[in-house]
Amino acid sequence: MAHAPTSEFKNPVINWIDQRLPVFTMLNKEYGVFPTPRNFNYFWNFGALAMVILAVMIVSGIVLAMNYTAHTAYAFDSVERIMRDVNFGWLIRYLHMNGAHMFFFVVYIHIFRGFLYGSYKTPRELLWMLGVVIFLLMMATAFMGYVLPWGQMSFWGATVITNLFSAVPVFGDEIVTLLWGGFSVDNPTLNRFFALHYLLPFVIVAVVFLHVAALHITGSNNPLGIEPKGPQDTLPFHPYYTTKDMFGMGLFLIFFAAFVFFAPNALGHPDNYIPADPLVTPALIVPEWYFLPFYAILRAVTFNIGLPFSDVILIDAKLGGVIAMFGSILIWFLMPWLDKSPVRSYKFRPIYRWWIWLLPLSFFMLLYAGAKPAEGWYVLLGQAGTVLYFLWFLALPIISRIERPLPLPASISQPVLGGGRLAATGAAAKPMEKA
Amino acid sequence: MMRRLRKSIAGGLAAGLLSAVALLGATGAQAAGGGPVPPSQEWSHGGVNSFLSMFKTYDRAELQRGFQIYKESCSACHGMRHLSYRNLEALGFSEEEVKAIAGQYEVAALDDAGEPITRPAIPADRFKEPFANKKAAAAANNGKAPPDLSLIVKARPHNEDYIYALLTGYVDPPEGVQVPDGSYYNAYYPGHIIAMAQPIYPDGITFADGTPATVEQQARDVTAFLAWAAEPHLETRREIGVMVILFLIFFTGVLYAAKRRLWADVH
Repeated sequence: MAHAPTSEFKNPVINWIDQRLPVFTMLNKEYGVFPTPRNFNYFWNFGALAMVILAVMIVSGIVLAMNYTAHTAYAFDSVERIMRDVNFGWLIRYLHMNGAHMFFFVVYIHIFRGFLYGSYKTPRELLWMLGVVIFLLMMATAFMGYVLPWGQMSFWGATVITNLFSAVPVFGDEIVTLLWGGFSVDNPTLNRFFALHYLLPFVIVAVVFLHVAALHITGSNNPLGIEPKGPQDTLPFHPYYTTKDMFGMGLFLIFFAAFVFFAPNALGHPDNYIPADPLVTPALIVPEWYFLPFYAILRAVTFNIGLPFSDVILIDAKLGGVIAMFGSILIWFLMPWLDKSPVRSYKFRPIYRWWIWLLPLSFFMLLYAGAKPAEGWYVLLGQAGTVLYFLWFLALPIISRIERPLPLPASISQPVLGGGRLAATGAAAKPMEKA
Repeated sequence: MMRRLRKSIAGGLAAGLLSAVALLGATGAQAAGGGPVPPSQEWSHGGVNSFLSMFKTYDRAELQRGFQIYKESCSACHGMRHLSYRNLEALGFSEEEVKAIAGQYEVAALDDAGEPITRPAIPADRFKEPFANKKAAAAANNGKAPPDLSLIVKARPHNEDYIYALLTGYVDPPEGVQVPDGSYYNAYYPGHIIAMAQPIYPDGITFADGTPATVEQQARDVTAFLAWAAEPHLETRREIGVMVILFLIFFTGVLYAAKRRLWADVH
């Protein structure tokens, strides 16, 4: 039988286990000595931060589930009971509620890091695509979690979003009935959303595992976007990046705690403290901020698309909006092929380094438009943001073809601009001492 | 190297702040949702959603006055179904006082034979509802059931400021505005036409502690009481928050020192 290579550990118990199940060898290989580019900036903290917040969400969520009742008649009151009578229930619930906002905040920065430094380019295409899958799962999980307190915005948000699927040709109504478990958003809907909201985070954990596994095959990208050429270009993950990630985590937790303890409802919508009422529609149905850009894209398609010079409608406004909304995220899957430049980092790309900023610009335009009623110039703003957003992606093949990238540094330890200081001390970096 | 590090930390902080501002701006814009913006007031507890009130607490005397207003006037139409009489101990009432308050209400119960009876409420009972059900509440109030007040401060944009503005916002309608019978004009209610009559009047109540009962005083006191009802753990939350953040600042400092020391041979 083949014998997996194992390491020698001083501790006999660890050694005994490792000979039979080499988890310690694996941990040491993947998180101990794992060679990591030495030039990470703080953008590279956000993957670890996302992992931390995922753990916070799962732990707080399981405790909430112990006290929550998934029934339309009791859901709202059971959440209030958690807030008032369960010991530290308010803390657990506010952690979970604000944790969702933090999760998206962190993940948006993590994704933008990928755009800035070309982390989607060969050989990391699958790594990137798994990341997009995680983001889609996060959106589904967050949406269904928001329904659970059964407030006004829970109910009406669920109604609006599930109704989108009725735009699907032929099977639309059947899909919506299946999602609802009936003929309107009601108790069966709440029950299945609760079940799925409990399930999906573990699916996310599994895809995160694949995301990290893929990362550890290709190794990390870095701010220069060039591959490490040897040991002088890398540092062992531990202790260098464990300490750097821990420091970043400390800063992040301060930011998180400020919301949880001082302004826990600042990011939420007040209407969700009103119990769901199918007979009273809120003046303005809006999702949480992290969905606003996509919500704005959905509402930007206000016109039917048909055969020119005829009354034949091929895609009505509703279906058009749904296609645009899902397309706005699915297009991320194509990034490795839309961007044809061989150079990864924006730093060495004279056009892309300007172009990249149009992406957050359109994002914030859409975020603002999404929060406003669909009337007047907000519609135009949303449409302009949508056009800019898609234009950003569709122009990439052209931009990356006409662009003349700057010369790349010879190696990470000898950047063209930074001088040769790093190389001199490269050998001083020590791997982690074994247990 | 230090300069680069400082630059990247400053950059990170600036980016964080900017995005936080963008977030708050967006949600603030979303919260506003159309209606007139109520003027912001100074609250002795600093407001349920305030970043910079970590050392402020509820004023117990104010809460007790607020409860008196709720009991003597609001509770005729508005329930507070998430509150129990025992919760009133947090306002500074003694166990005996709470028992006495609860005892003033008769609640439905069953006797040993299963026959419906009524009994005096005990501290463990929820606040007594003014109406048997939502339909009865609507029928008695021109077709619109008065909202439950347990969460009202958190359930409205601008929280306390809105409740205060609404309670003090009964003014004569501007020229040309027709107010339907059984409705009233309010400067801060979205759409201005409100089904609730002006609920507080000067000296409409005699405070147990002798505080002069102006409209502003009453509006302020009852709003503070409603803020407590919506966020009863506000003080514990802030106390723990201050400790957590102080610890995190210290801990992050230690982590930064450890990180710098470790990286000293790399830079």
